[in-house]
Amino acid sequence: MVERSKGVHDVFESVLVANRGEIARRIIRTVQRMGLRAVAVYSEADADLPFVKEADEAILLGPANPAQSYLDAGKVLEAARASGAQAVHPGYGFFSENAEFARAVIGAGLVWIGPSPESIEQMGDKINARNLMEVAGVPVAAGTREPVTDVEKAVAAAAEIGYPVMVKTAGGGGGIGMGVAHDEAGLAKAFETAARAAARFGGNGEGPAILLERYIERARHVEVQILGLADGTVVALGERDCSVQRRHQKVVEETPSPGISPELRERMLAAAVRAGEAVGYRGAGTVECLVDADKQDFVFLEMNTRLQVEHPVTELVTGIDLVEQQLRIAAGEKTDVAAAVNGHAIEFRVYAEDPKRFFPGPGKIDVWSEPSGEGVRVDSGYAEGTTVTPFYDPLMAKLCVFGQTRAEALDRAREAVAAFRIEGPKNNLPFCAELLENPEFATGDYDTGLVARMRS
Amino acid sequence: MAEVRAEMVANVWKVLVSEGDTVEDGDTLVILESMKMEIPVITEDDGVVVQLKVAEGDVVQEGDLIAVIE
Repeated sequence: MVERSKGVHDVFESVLVANRGEIARRIIRTVQRMGLRAVAVYSEADADLPFVKEADEAILLGPANPAQSYLDAGKVLEAARASGAQAVHPGYGFFSENAEFARAVIGAGLVWIGPSPESIEQMGDKINARNLMEVAGVPVAAGTREPVTDVEKAVAAAAEIGYPVMVKTAGGGGGIGMGVAHDEAGLAKAFETAARAAARFGGNGEGPAILLERYIERARHVEVQILGLADGTVVALGERDCSVQRRHQKVVEETPSPGISPELRERMLAAAVRAGEAVGYRGAGTVECLVDADKQDFVFLEMNTRLQVEHPVTELVTGIDLVEQQLRIAAGEKTDVAAAVNGHAIEFRVYAEDPKRFFPGPGKIDVWSEPSGEGVRVDSGYAEGTTVTPFYDPLMAKLCVFGQTRAEALDRAREAVAAFRIEGPKNNLPFCAELLENPEFATGDYDTGLVARMRS
Repeated sequence: MAEVRAEMVANVWKVLVSEGDTVEDGDTLVILESMKMEIPVITEDDGVVVQLKVAEGDVVQEGDLIAVIE
């Protein structure tokens, strides 16, 4: 007799999406397609956005300030109770990598759509994660094994590691507070910046916890999507090249990476699986690596224990709905995942910012017309008549293209970028068009310094 | 006299000067925050802050007056 596998509907019928904008809308779409009820939560500033209207139920949390709305755990849990939601999906950002919130969700008798709080904790501290990966046989960059708390210690550590060094906060994410130092004077400045960021975005009152790592000059940022299945196996679903960055934040991502050999890809995917296995990982996660483009070698950077902004490019080349997998895995459902990759996909983050200096440019959207057609997918958080406010990150939409080859994907990208019409807020579509004409990007031979070179 | 204005919609995160302070070209007057980014507002003139029009927590619109340097 074959035991019937548990299905999502046996475990929960409704999901509260504890996020906003494009990712809330994208999660709601899959929740509803699976026949589940989607509950949105929102702040006063977001009341008119599509994700609020498209959810089966929407609950107002409070004012625009995230601390009084999206980051108020009590309000989010109360919304779950009031709506009868049985599971919570955190999206990315906000509570997605907050072990304490995950525990509170589980403690309230709800299903947490994400890895265990223990996995989040193990990977959340970058120094701990780095040491753990080293033990698991994943290559790591030369760097500090303990948090550095003052400039003198940083200078001593850097002398040992060798310049240039990357300076970052042990607990932070999203590139905030990160800097490169080429000498002692630069290090003092970078340390101060990182320390300020650490104090501001979640300081624990014990002085700044700063991490130093050997900096690779011509580096590509390449990450591996992993999925920890309900039966305990970990699979790698290809990689994403995220080397097009401004201020250490991603702008364009593509898969497969045009900058790694098949042999290097094989090693990276195998290492990512080991990384997931080392923490008994469940659900969707991303193992971020730095690739030395010249030496064709890589080191572990960090692991993101959540759905990634750029997950759609993986979905386009694998045909797998990662949100659906997250929901099924969280319910304990045994799923079959074929890790085969077909074709090429590129994502452009459409930000509300000026295309020259990349400074924020929020505002009311007077015209919003998305491109469509074969191989084009747009995940957007806004619509005509809505307003991009200064309270949240500048991501308005993700324009994704698919082609059988990179050349075909690039052709479709040029057409789609030209066809996308946004009037009102400043936007970086002109930058995307410029990037597509850039010889380095066109050939695929680029690194994380590309955007800075385009603006120098 | 020089007017310093906001370049974008933003929240006033930090005010670093007071009326009556002497400032030099390159000094940061206030730090705005918009879309999770800190934007320092810098004076391009030497002088005295004769008017300071914002306080921490305020929301400024593009073009709003932040300070007058004389």
